[in-house]
Amino acid sequence: MSILDSKIPEGHISKKWTDYKDHLRLVAPNNRPKIDVIVVGTGLAGASAAASLGEMGYNVKAFCFQDSPRRAHSIAAQGGINAAKNYQNDGDSVYRLFYDTIKGGDYRAREANVYRLAEVSGNIIDQCVAQGVPFAREYGGSLDNRSFGGTQVQRTFYAAGQTGQQLLLGAYSVLSRQIGLGRIQMYNRHEMLDLVKVDGKARGIIARNLITGEIERHSAHAVILCTGGYGNVYFLSTNAMGSNVTAAWKAHKRGALFANPCYVQIHPTCIPVHGTNQSKLTLMSESLRNSGRIWVPKKKEDAEAIRAGKLKPTQIAEEDRDYYLERRYPAFGNLVPRDVASRAAKERCDAGYGIEANDTMEGVYLDFSSEITAKGKQTAYASGNHNPNEEDIIRLGKKWVEEKYGNLFQMYEKITDENPYETPMKIYPAVHYTMGGVWVDYNLQSTIPGCFVAGEANFSDHGANRLGASALMQGLADGYFVIPYTVSDYLAGEIRTGKIPTNSPEFDEAENNVKELITKFLNNNGTKSVDHFHKRLGHIMWNKVGMGRNAQGLTEAISEIAALREEFYKDIYVPGDANELNPELEKVLRVADFMELGQLMARDALQRNESCGGHFREEYQDSEGETLRDDQNFNFVGAWEYKGMDINQSELHKEVLNYEYIQIAARNYK
Amino acid sequence: MASKTININLKIWRQKNANSKGSMETYKLDNVSTDSSFLEMLDQLNEQLVNEHKEPVAFDHDCREGICGMCSLYINGEAHGPDRGVTTCQLHMRKFKDGETIYVEPWRAKAFPVIKDLVVDRSAFDRIQQAGGFVSVNTSGRTIDANTIPVGKAEADKAFEAATCIGCGACVATCKNASAMLFVSAKVSQLALLPQGQVEAKQRVLNMVKQMDEEGFGNCTNTGACEVECPKGISLENIARMNREYLKAIVAAD
Repeated sequence: MSILDSKIPEGHISKKWTDYKDHLRLVAPNNRPKIDVIVVGTGLAGASAAASLGEMGYNVKAFCFQDSPRRAHSIAAQGGINAAKNYQNDGDSVYRLFYDTIKGGDYRAREANVYRLAEVSGNIIDQCVAQGVPFAREYGGSLDNRSFGGTQVQRTFYAAGQTGQQLLLGAYSVLSRQIGLGRIQMYNRHEMLDLVKVDGKARGIIARNLITGEIERHSAHAVILCTGGYGNVYFLSTNAMGSNVTAAWKAHKRGALFANPCYVQIHPTCIPVHGTNQSKLTLMSESLRNSGRIWVPKKKEDAEAIRAGKLKPTQIAEEDRDYYLERRYPAFGNLVPRDVASRAAKERCDAGYGIEANDTMEGVYLDFSSEITAKGKQTAYASGNHNPNEEDIIRLGKKWVEEKYGNLFQMYEKITDENPYETPMKIYPAVHYTMGGVWVDYNLQSTIPGCFVAGEANFSDHGANRLGASALMQGLADGYFVIPYTVSDYLAGEIRTGKIPTNSPEFDEAENNVKELITKFLNNNGTKSVDHFHKRLGHIMWNKVGMGRNAQGLTEAISEIAALREEFYKDIYVPGDANELNPELEKVLRVADFMELGQLMARDALQRNESCGGHFREEYQDSEGETLRDDQNFNFVGAWEYKGMDINQSELHKEVLNYEYIQIAARNYK
Repeated sequence: MASKTININLKIWRQKNANSKGSMETYKLDNVSTDSSFLEMLDQLNEQLVNEHKEPVAFDHDCREGICGMCSLYINGEAHGPDRGVTTCQLHMRKFKDGETIYVEPWRAKAFPVIKDLVVDRSAFDRIQQAGGFVSVNTSGRTIDANTIPVGKAEADKAFEAATCIGCGACVATCKNASAMLFVSAKVSQLALLPQGQVEAKQRVLNMVKQMDEEGFGNCTNTGACEVECPKGISLENIARMNREYLKAIVAAD
């Protein structure tokens, strides 16, 4: 039997979670303060999990590397959060959200987990509103919704283009409340550098105080990792500069299986790369595709003229524009899922129709002029002006757009120095989110007992492609509504354990490893900076493990990364001291883990001889360039077991996916 | 984008740690793309310093899209530099001239002690939030249906605007009194404007203001500089609202 037991409860899918919850073990209130829980990361999953567990009475320690838990990268999510409330009366339901998510993930996610996610989605909105999260409202005072990719209903709740910020500040407020009450000890500017296992169970972490450099031991009865995704393996991504895989990767090296590392979401609408000194990419929310139309010129010579600066997009006549998403996918149009939109942009640019004058000619237009006209007319009519002139229409239309997307438009203008109200935005796909992550069962427990993983850090809900506005949903669902139940069930077996000592040989060993690694890097008198190696790793990853992959490229990537990793350890130079704030030291420890992960991603992509979701193997596509899945041979979660420094020795385990409630089919958005 | 490069001189505050004395150091940096953000320019400087085996400049940053509030910097005497409505990570080098000398300092306030170079300790803000910046509701999810509490669009929009504060501390750094009133009032206002925040309104404003005073922030003398430098355009109206809430809380007996 596989070592992977997903622990999916029996019963009808709509009853599983309720019945299961009713039979989980509990910890009595008087026992909870005797039990220690560590939560690493304070994004939506971490802050909500820590707050919920603190509120229940457990003794919680929470960690983040930022200077405040409010700054975790969930804060940057823009567009919205999905919930099956059916407030818009357009036929939405828990089943539909479940179905859309499974289909959106290209039939590579676990049914039971996804159903639970859809089931609790409504509670998230109730909870957040009760906390004072200021969602967008309609004039009547009720909550407003909009559409996101891969759906035909309006189920996305939002707060302008800052939904992630508002939700995270909501979670931060409940976290702060518990910190103030003394139920949570918060460790800001701390980074987890190893997981400590005692007798096979997760029993604590080694963390570095980033200000003093002190290496600290923290013990607990359970450790919950909520440390986000690993998009920064590509160097350039929409992730925050500090986002990293270290906590998850250390757990992996201690025995937690790492699932589907090759599933990476490349987001279609980001601001294109401008130069070699660029440090990160900026997302333009998917919500913009509610109002913007994506196009490139129909004629190659027009594209060339635009790149040469001889023609402006506004000078291209309507009939000379190729609205390629509307052309290829009429049923969903501009709101196809992210992987589909990204590939379509790449296809046009590869064919020579890109409009950006950078090295790679990569860029397409996202154009708001049609929407400005349409909404301007609507607004004029609504205010009683049934014969508005052109000027009024444009003015009112721009005002409408500003109200919906003002902060995004401002952000775009600041970065590019162009006014998107007047000229279309230039956009191109960029690495954004990672569906893969630490393998977890239905309880969100990894293959290490006592080590739970929530939010983007786990692999569980999005299959091979995540739908827009579902990351926020998953983070809060995991933290508020799943972890408190399943972790309590685990902790029910720990009420007699007593305090976990930190003077055990296991803590000694973990601490020594961390210290040795730090000393090694600081004493290595190489010549190249951390960024130098990180950029080179990113270059290999983007070119060979990016939007289009093939067997030859992946094979090359595996050996190139192995060689780069060797050079990295020989030639790295890290300035400064171990006992002080040392940003270069923080970076080198993260990049060391990215090197190993990158190689595993390439291996995972190479073994998966099919195309699905964000994983596009060029060998497996139909005549129209759509993904070709192989359900016969690849209908499984690929979970890797670490087998030592040589990533080529890592072993693949398979969790077969059974679809009982959804008919598995070709994914069609046409 | 008409990209070009400029050469600049930098005068940057260097301070080894909280206990040591700092000073301004001079650096020369060539070939800075005008499309680079200010922080990308600092990356470039640090790369140059590392290649010379010198210690790079420590500065706080994370999301680099103007929302996490981690980046700071007092640039040429202004919080987040010369542009308006942006954080330092959104400030671009096209705002500077070739050959210009740029002064870079940390936030300066008694309540924000320097940790190293340009990095300061803003944990006072967290403690103010912990004193009352929340609605005391348990996280069971078993509250009431979200749409049973209607909130007028105007109030909802105002609450949202107040809630967009990113907690960067530019208001404090800008204020001649190092007052945190704009920051505190933004949270007080958000919750005061919404029905969910009413129950605890009195206690909230009293507790948050008390904590604010204890942290050593100064008082507001209506200069309005904070509003000008706030990257999110948080309005001074919030301070007026907080003062009203505070008066209501101390004057009105239960």
